[in-house]
Amino acid sequence: MRILVVGGGISGITAAVEVAEVGHEVTLIEKNPYLGGMVARMNRYFPKLCPPSCGLEINFKRIQRNKRIRVYTLAEVERISGRAGDLEQIRKPSQNPPLAEKIEDKGGFPDRPLDVTIRLNPRHVNEKCTACGQCAEACSLEIPNELNYGMDKIKAAYLPHEMAFPMRYVLDPRILGTDDAHRCAQACAYQAIDLSMQPKRLEIQVDSIVWATGWQPYDATRLDNLGFGRYPNVITNVMMERLAAPNGPTGGRIARPSDGKAALSVAFVQCAGSRDTNHLPYCSAVCCLASLKQTTYLREQNPDSRVRIFYIDVRAPGRLEEFYAKVKNDEKVKLTKGKVARITEDPATRDPVVEAEDIVSGERVRVRVDLAVLATGMAPTPLKSQMPMEVRCDENGFIASDLSETGIYPVGCVRRPSDVASSVREATAAALKAIQSGARK
Amino acid sequence: MPDHKIGVFLCTGCGIGDSLEGEKFSRIVTGRYKIPLFHSHPCLCSEEGIQHIRGELEEKGLQGLVVAACSPRAHADLFDFGPSIPVERVNLREQGVWTHPPQDEDTQMLAEDNLRMGIVRAQKTQPPAPYLPEGVERSLLVVGGGIAGMTAAREAARAGYEVLLVEREASLGGQMARLHRQFPKHPPYRDPEEPGIEALIQKIQGDPQIRVYTSSEIEKISGSPGMFEVTLKCVASAIGMPPRPPEVEERRSEGAGERGSGGKEVVLPISPAPLPPSTPAQFRVGAIVLATGWRPYDATRLEPLGFGRYPNVVTSLQMEEMAFQGNVARPSEGKKVRSVAFVQCAGSRDANHLPYCSAACCMTSLKQAIYLRERDPETKVYLFYQDMRTPGPYENFYQRVQEDPGIFFAQGDVLDIREDGEKNLLVEVDHALFGERIQVKVDLVVLATGMVPTTLDDSAFGNGPQPSGPVSGTGEDASSRSTSHKGESSGSPSPAENPRPKILHLDYRQGPELPILGYGFPDSNYLCFPYETQRTGIYAAGCVRQPMDSAASMEDGMGAALKAIQCIELTARGEAAHPRAGDRSYPELFMHRCTQCKRCTEECPFGMYNEDGKYNPLPNPTRCRRCGICMGSCPERIISFKDYSVDMIGSMIKAIEVPEEEEEKPRILALVCENDAYPALDMAGIRRLRYTPFVRFIPLRCLGSLNLVWIADALAKGIDGVLLLGCKHGEDSQCHFIKGSELAEYRLGKVQETLQRLVLGPERIRFVQVSIADYPQLPGIIDEFAEKINAIGPNPYKGL
Repeated sequence: MRILVVGGGISGITAAVEVAEVGHEVTLIEKNPYLGGMVARMNRYFPKLCPPSCGLEINFKRIQRNKRIRVYTLAEVERISGRAGDLEQIRKPSQNPPLAEKIEDKGGFPDRPLDVTIRLNPRHVNEKCTACGQCAEACSLEIPNELNYGMDKIKAAYLPHEMAFPMRYVLDPRILGTDDAHRCAQACAYQAIDLSMQPKRLEIQVDSIVWATGWQPYDATRLDNLGFGRYPNVITNVMMERLAAPNGPTGGRIARPSDGKAALSVAFVQCAGSRDTNHLPYCSAVCCLASLKQTTYLREQNPDSRVRIFYIDVRAPGRLEEFYAKVKNDEKVKLTKGKVARITEDPATRDPVVEAEDIVSGERVRVRVDLAVLATGMAPTPLKSQMPMEVRCDENGFIASDLSETGIYPVGCVRRPSDVASSVREATAAALKAIQSGARK
Repeated sequence: MPDHKIGVFLCTGCGIGDSLEGEKFSRIVTGRYKIPLFHSHPCLCSEEGIQHIRGELEEKGLQGLVVAACSPRAHADLFDFGPSIPVERVNLREQGVWTHPPQDEDTQMLAEDNLRMGIVRAQKTQPPAPYLPEGVERSLLVVGGGIAGMTAAREAARAGYEVLLVEREASLGGQMARLHRQFPKHPPYRDPEEPGIEALIQKIQGDPQIRVYTSSEIEKISGSPGMFEVTLKCVASAIGMPPRPPEVEERRSEGAGERGSGGKEVVLPISPAPLPPSTPAQFRVGAIVLATGWRPYDATRLEPLGFGRYPNVVTSLQMEEMAFQGNVARPSEGKKVRSVAFVQCAGSRDANHLPYCSAACCMTSLKQAIYLRERDPETKVYLFYQDMRTPGPYENFYQRVQEDPGIFFAQGDVLDIREDGEKNLLVEVDHALFGERIQVKVDLVVLATGMVPTTLDDSAFGNGPQPSGPVSGTGEDASSRSTSHKGESSGSPSPAENPRPKILHLDYRQGPELPILGYGFPDSNYLCFPYETQRTGIYAAGCVRQPMDSAASMEDGMGAALKAIQCIELTARGEAAHPRAGDRSYPELFMHRCTQCKRCTEECPFGMYNEDGKYNPLPNPTRCRRCGICMGSCPERIISFKDYSVDMIGSMIKAIEVPEEEEEKPRILALVCENDAYPALDMAGIRRLRYTPFVRFIPLRCLGSLNLVWIADALAKGIDGVLLLGCKHGEDSQCHFIKGSELAEYRLGKVQETLQRLVLGPERIRFVQVSIADYPQLPGIIDEFAEKINAIGPNPYKGL
């Protein structure tokens, strides 16, 4: 059996290694120059507060040890063809078929494989790269560091991060045609830099596809009343992860972007653009726990720090309740039920001023803080442009089909917002569906 | 092993050649170790470099390689020449020239020691010959015929694997078969859907690959992955919830029309299942899925909420049952229900009852509110909650319910429920929004009770010690909620006194059931690996693993089935299961020297060893996860892997050259976890961080494989200090071998006494818990220990 996994985040990596360890052939493609997706940018996981790099390290080892997995980074699907009947099926809008019908075999699996065209974008660094770093030494051009949401700069010849997989440098396209590009090429002792590298096409045949292209943070600049983009000390939760990360822009010290001062008083704004019909009408399922987790970062860094969390409902399902209880019992942490109405800024200090209504007391609350963190939700990756065929999406842009479809299985945050544990569960389930194609009907 | 022919290849790229003197390496290899084949190459990982190695391998008939270059974590795929050629990687880059100054005597000595250790290890490493048991059984046992178990069975069968599905009750379906409707699973997620469980039951019963045994349970499971022997026995009367009475069949068929599915006949979940065996029946399976689900928390323990005292206080399960039967009425006299109050978190998120959230109760009550309002638009519904938990697209459903003007939502604690003379209920609520107490009079109260895993008796919950601190509702007042239900569970047994229900009856020395985590769930301890089980080949799925809804349970059933299938396939190939997936080594015991001390059988976290009557260990290699904890535990050093042994690591330690005291070059041995500490050291190298060149690292599969003889070897050799870098253990343990890191620290405690006897300060040995993300701190940790050792002075046994 041959399986294609599209998306090298935690869902895609999991689906790939699980399928390969059963004994099937897997091609894993990722559009970034490194695997790990959003979790590679996280500092710690809730509720254990363990580093995501620990699980990634194990998964990368599983990939390296397994000859059945081929990984392509900077790769995208361009075309899928070959099983017209199935693709037709995915296009067909369906009226909420009940579970009974969904479980029905849809006439079994066709024997024909899927033909997939993959586009490999140029890295301008070939497989001869030893990750020695001489190119970055030679390079003077700096670009905003996307890994850190542009909060700092990196060289245009860069290693995405210390645990990047593959462990290979990348040349940003902006360096092409500059003197820097030639300096990098000259600095490389291994002829690993190829400035003329062109996009390539790869044609493969597979029996099934796992689609795991994940999510992106909701664009916080659209939240006019919350001041993101206008006030430097209003940041988003994903930026907070980078600020707290040892390989982040501040080396893990949680500092105000405006002046680098340690953030001692911090307000978290829950449901920033979520559960809101003007933005994302749904709940992203992880933001409550993410803010509780980030609260522990602050409290751990400074015993004098104070945290205020404004929320509608605190959603900590299952045993995660224990983590919520632990954070809530910290006397320096205050939870206030109420949606934040707006954030302004004291122009003298650049302190954000958060205004909300405390629903319990009925009073208007106005707090001045060092830093305000917007708990923005998960938006699906734009599937229309990525998926080379029509897909049935719900009104929010998530793929509205489940694992009972045949041939192409969406998993993780392309289907609905979910946390790491749920994404991994789903990816493992998808691995089972993927190996059914061609097996007994 | 003089016949073991190895070659040594040195890479001089990435700064290695500029920083180190290759000539000295040559003397070590060809001189001291008398290995004729020593080549250096400017870039071993290049195509020419690999070709060069390959050429030498074939020409000279090498049986093993030493590649002195970058970290073994880099280019692992390139330096792989097949399973018969062990490759020992000597880390001269990340932990050599990238962390230490170039052309420096100490850097050179460090690199030379690394090379010596690598050569010694390579000389002792044999290619592992996999353990290939005959006749690996490829079928699965699924225990539990609810939605998770049925999905596991069905989907495994569709992947071509035979399944034995065992259900204790008389029919399949579990809790799902008792549902009137299920949560909305499809866009726009606004309407409850038909459970549709009957079709799945039919599929399973019509599937020739699935053998179903209802009214059956496990009598015994012995053996190991690929070869479990399962004995089933018949259950005289299904325990737990009674099977649905036959009259339901008629009601359901009659009521089908009004239930909005276009008058379609609904097939009953009662099935003519195969007769349970009258005598115990034996089966052989390869792997197991445990999907025995949940039972509702015992509502009689919620006496302040009136359950058991007032007939019109019911649980959500009873409400569902009424809706399922098409007869929602007051239990007291059968009168129509015109007003209902739902009480959320009844016995949940409460330190006195279930401290956790059951994840599905909010949705259940919302769904039931819709039933009531659809049956009779005059019905008034109150819903008292702490936090409405409707994650993801379920928010749509919550919004839809909120749009209904007949449903009144109120956040607050239910303080008291009383009954009036007409058996109506007076519900008193501390209303968060109004900041005052309100009272409502209703015909019926529904308590949204939580889920208890079937692996635990719910009497285990109560006033006994719990894993978490007090939990209460939201808002500023943390005490109100626990007082509202207070005093109800006094005198209940603590989890320790309470025997766990027996389900699997495993014939394992370490106990008959899957080990449980907090609150009785046999869950994985790792969120990125939800199926990282403590019993290889046995995977929990569905609500027995953690509270979840039916959609998640179906996925979980498939996930666990995949892991079970994968374990079978790995076993058939002689490979380890996660996290060392693909490892073909396994422990071999030299039984002549065994003293029956039982350390290995007690300490293996995966229950690999059984024991015979004389305490001899009986290994079950297919249960093994290859961590080496047994190897570390054995005082007689009789447990070894072909490529990992006490002798191998001991010889590496002995290969370290310890300078004379006058040279003032102390030596520190660091034994480090290869999963976390070792990659962290590499990352320190990638960052070009600096630390003392006097430290020598040896990676271990797990710190739990630490054998104390290594410490003795090191000290006898004159090494001044020993540093152990292992994973965080205890609460939120990060050790992937359950308790390896903890065991290492425990063993170390024992060596401290010996140290004192030898007049060596115990501070010469230090255990530090580090995570992979601690690399910025690692140089500080190492240097601080080095300074400490410096202050203590040299090892008095140096040079003896």
